[in-house]
Amino acid sequence: MKTVKLSSERLGVSNKQPSGKIKMSARDVKVFYGESEALHGIDMDIYENEVIAFIGPSGCGKSTFLRCLNRMNDTIDVAKVTGQVLLDEQDIYDPSLDVVQLRARVGMVFQKPNPFPKSIYENIAYGPRLHGLVETRREMDEVVESSLRRAGLWEEVKDRLDAPGTGLSGGQQQRLCIARAIAVSPEVILMDEPCSALDPIATSIIEELIDELKGSYTLVIVTHNMQQAARVSDKTAFFHLGNLIELNKTDEIFTNPQDKKTEDYITGRFG
Amino acid sequence: MKISTVNPQDKTALAQQRDLMQQRVAQSLAKRHAKEKRFKLTGQLAVGTALAFVAILFISIFSKGLPAFWQATLTLDIYFDPDIILIDEKPVQAAGESDATFQERYQAWQMDLAFINFNGLILNALAEVIPEAAAHPRDAMRLVTSGERIALRNLVEEDPSIIGSRKRLNLLADANVDVWIKGNIDRDLADSRQQLSARTRGWVDQLVEQGVIKNRFSTALFMNADSRSSLASAGLAGAFMGSLMMMLIVMFLAVPLGVASAIYLEEFAPKNKLTDLIEVNINNLAAVPSIVFGLLGASVFILWFKLPLSAPVVGGLVLSLMTLPTVIIATRSTLKAIPPSIRSAALGIGASKVQSVFHHVLPLAIPGILTGSILGIAQALGETAPLLLIGMSSFVASVPSSPFDQSTALPVQIYLWQGNELRNFFEARTSAAIIVLLTMMISLNALAIWLRRHFENRW
Amino acid sequence: MSNLMLAGVLLMLLALAYQLGLTRSRKLTTDLSGQKVRLHSRPVYHGALVAFWTVVPAFGVFLLWRFIQPGVINQMIIAQLPEAIMAGMTDSDMRVFLRRITHLSSGFGLSDQPQPHELQAAELLSVLQVRGHALMLALMASLAAAGLYFSWQQIHPDLRARNQMERVVKVALIACSSVAILTTIGIVLSMFGEAMRFFAFVNPMDFFFGTTWNPRFQTAGTEGQTGFGMLPLLWGTVMIALIALLVAIPVGLMAAIYMSEYAPSRVRSVAKPIIEVLAGIPTIVYGFFALITVGPFLSSFGATFGLDIRATSALTAGVVMGIMIIPFISSLSDDIITQVPRSLRDGSLGLGATQSETIRKVVLPAALPGIVGAILLAASRAIGETMIVVLAAGNSPVLTANPFEAVSTMTVTIVNQLTGDLDFASPQSLVAFALGLTLFVITLLLNVIALVIVRKYREQYE
Ligand SMILES: Nc1ncnc2c1ncn2[C@@H]1O[C@H](COP(=O)(O)OP(=O)(O)O)[C@@H](O)[C@H]1O
Ligand SMILES: [Mg+2]
Repeated sequence: MKTVKLSSERLGVSNKQPSGKIKMSARDVKVFYGESEALHGIDMDIYENEVIAFIGPSGCGKSTFLRCLNRMNDTIDVAKVTGQVLLDEQDIYDPSLDVVQLRARVGMVFQKPNPFPKSIYENIAYGPRLHGLVETRREMDEVVESSLRRAGLWEEVKDRLDAPGTGLSGGQQQRLCIARAIAVSPEVILMDEPCSALDPIATSIIEELIDELKGSYTLVIVTHNMQQAARVSDKTAFFHLGNLIELNKTDEIFTNPQDKKTEDYITGRFG
Repeated sequence: MKISTVNPQDKTALAQQRDLMQQRVAQSLAKRHAKEKRFKLTGQLAVGTALAFVAILFISIFSKGLPAFWQATLTLDIYFDPDIILIDEKPVQAAGESDATFQERYQAWQMDLAFINFNGLILNALAEVIPEAAAHPRDAMRLVTSGERIALRNLVEEDPSIIGSRKRLNLLADANVDVWIKGNIDRDLADSRQQLSARTRGWVDQLVEQGVIKNRFSTALFMNADSRSSLASAGLAGAFMGSLMMMLIVMFLAVPLGVASAIYLEEFAPKNKLTDLIEVNINNLAAVPSIVFGLLGASVFILWFKLPLSAPVVGGLVLSLMTLPTVIIATRSTLKAIPPSIRSAALGIGASKVQSVFHHVLPLAIPGILTGSILGIAQALGETAPLLLIGMSSFVASVPSSPFDQSTALPVQIYLWQGNELRNFFEARTSAAIIVLLTMMISLNALAIWLRRHFENRW
Repeated sequence: MSNLMLAGVLLMLLALAYQLGLTRSRKLTTDLSGQKVRLHSRPVYHGALVAFWTVVPAFGVFLLWRFIQPGVINQMIIAQLPEAIMAGMTDSDMRVFLRRITHLSSGFGLSDQPQPHELQAAELLSVLQVRGHALMLALMASLAAAGLYFSWQQIHPDLRARNQMERVVKVALIACSSVAILTTIGIVLSMFGEAMRFFAFVNPMDFFFGTTWNPRFQTAGTEGQTGFGMLPLLWGTVMIALIALLVAIPVGLMAAIYMSEYAPSRVRSVAKPIIEVLAGIPTIVYGFFALITVGPFLSSFGATFGLDIRATSALTAGVVMGIMIIPFISSLSDDIITQVPRSLRDGSLGLGATQSETIRKVVLPAALPGIVGAILLAASRAIGETMIVVLAAGNSPVLTANPFEAVSTMTVTIVNQLTGDLDFASPQSLVAFALGLTLFVITLLLNVIALVIVRKYREQYE
């Protein structure tokens, strides 16, 4: 398909100066929902500890691609994925790789904050307890505290760890979800429009948090907000109608888009 | 090594920590996957258990009940011997004779008829196939169920010209003969514990061999009312009629009332505390134990209004009240599912609220209402407990001809039969009655499902 | 005039009145000078309104008359009977007398010679019946005529016929809705009334807290009735319901979980309706099944382990009742589990939880209130269930903790006390209402709590 080729060529362009180790990569990833093909063969490399943003008009397949990266598409009955997704050069769709282990390494934060109807403490402790990461209650306390600290929520909730997580404000809930993901020490964190349900102040706090996490985690962020992409990401990928149109350094994309569609989109002509 | 106190900026420490975590995750995997398998298996087991219960229930009932639809029957040549049937001409109403006088005369004739020894006809016919029967009339008469002499009498009453002729008739065998043939009693039991004498048992086997006794499809089960004196001819006709009358009452009472209430509550009632209360009340009424409705019937209809005991009219009223909430709830949920756009469209073209409901909303709701009503009626059809409390558990040997007559109902008949002392016979017959009831209920449910499928979501 | 003819006439009147209203209102659409006039309501409503006023009051009179006339006429006939004859008459004589004169006056005749006073009364009866009927017809006719005339007269372009007709419809609808309320009131009042009569015989304390149920051996006095202790029955009820829940909760809940979370849609679409068949089977069938199949099975099963299980016992009834309520628990739980938002599942799966971990640690805790509600509803079903326990519990009202023994329940006792001779004056019968009231209150409480919990739960995820 023509566009696919184009985008692969562009990939070559953008990778002229590799910035480090490749953490994840996708090769000819297609996703079908029943009969209809939602992604038409995506190729992409994601480098370790960089922040990459996915932008594009709604329905173009950003979330679908993001979910391929930790096999969350497995949970949708009608979804079928073909192609290869590699994590540290290992095919994550290979039967020998355990999806439980994969998701412990590639965590996910969702569009709508979804704390469990449990206490704040239990929300954070959920992952470590499942995976048997800690042995003692004291260790667990430490994991909870450090995760909440990294998510910048500790000071706000340290006195009410037993209060239900659902009682927090929207922004706090989303940070709780980020802390919950951090608690299992993932290598990659996927975020699907993490701020779309939040007010501007909460959004800026999350953006700050993303900045903090930069460097320790590989972050993949879907956003419909181009300013946000520009503010937080190192690289930006533009999707359109199930194709990856362009992937480049964020400042390049926003100042000097190579593709007409990208330019139209970021200048607000459609989307 | 502690896992949480790493400085996130310290890259090597972070990497070490992640490695450690991956190890621990990997260690936990085998156990967790085994647990997952076990959990899923438990789920499958639960579904399997529930399905097995359904299967066992149906197999148990059907395997017991199906044979009862075929009943041991003797085919005999009955000679309507004029020497035995000594009777006057059948009376005819003379001109100018009052109804009361004629009835008196006719009843006297019937009385004469009743004194005639129809058993003698049967005995003579039996003697033709078993010569020694004449010598042992007691044993011989145990072959044929006692109700068959009434059947012969009815033949004569209907058409006295039959006297003097020979007729090949199918006569139901005694219940114990049926039990013996079908092996529902241990053939090796001691003589003292057998229901039939050794001689009669020998004859039965002989007659089966001769082809005189055969299992024939039992019309008695469907055509006769209940009987205690002639167990083999006990049938469901009376109970069926009683149930039918009650279902008609439910149909013409509970359904319109329920639909009207639902329309009011869903479309017209102001949304306030009172409506809320009514809603809660209806939900609770739907969950009130059925026997409480029986108590209501006993005290209100029987005690206050002095309606007759055991009458389908009372049963119908009680079941209607019981079904009412079901119909209301079903209708309301149907009405709720109709998109408000249809109402606003109607109101938009200048229809009044009443017009929009009756001309636009209601027609769309009809399939749903029918489905709900049929399910409600099916539920009422199977209900037993409240009927016991309004006297319907008494034995009724005739088919009711009006809703004010004494009657039973199908489920009550099942209750009565299961308690009959002749267990060997009635276990099967009760199962057969259950099959009839279940067939009716399943048909009703199938109709409801068909309606729902057929008219589903037309908007 | 026979009823059929009367019905025919009323129907014809209905059509006629409708037509008259229709025509008159149509005429009004053009005034004298031939100008178009706008009617407030379409002619059909004028027609319907006229028809309503013509037929409905007349029909009301008919119903009322039918109800009252026989009693009034009987009273009138009895009033004119000679003293001498009245004196020797008992109640049943009176009934025979009334039937005889009905036969006489209807021309059916009597088979013996009627007495002179009977002939006289029969004659009076025919006269009164004819007169009464005529009076009724006259009243109906005048009401119909008046209704027709006045409503017809009223027709006017500005008459809000539609609104009036709609008000009639609404009042009818409200009247229908009140039946459900009246039923509840009827239940409460009648049971309360009869229960009060019972408590005139038996001290409420003895009833609610007594531990012996043995009301048969009574001396006939009205004071100090004993043996009406409810506790053995209550305990039997509770024990059987508990056994039922013990069977139904694991099976129903796990089945619901499997169907909503694991089962392929094909399995689900087959298995779900089959399981729901269990909910539609009449309870008498379950009772018979318990009696014939389950009881003997449990009994011989127990025997192989040296356990003495009676064929009709709390266990038998409980197990079969458990089978009956499986679909209540499974379909309600299924609904509730599917209502748990997908985002919670995703959150857990995204952290690397397995599906069963997600279900056990996130979905079920989130669904717990709803499931508790479902279980309470099922429990109230079990407590009010009658036929299974009538047939399979063994009917032995003793306080025992052994589920292998026969027990009795409140519902069984209600049936026992109210079948056979119905004598509503004795405590032996009246106790059924006291038991019924207690049962009603218990199930009502369970239902209200369950409904509140389920409603709260639904709101949480709306
Ligand atoms: N669960 C699903 N079932 C069927 N189609 C889906 C599903 N999820 C997404 N799609 C389709 O896939 C396409 C891409 O969707 P998505 O990845 O959610 O887009 P984005 O996140 O970029 O807005 C859309 O056309 C959408 O309709
Ligand atoms: Mg999306």
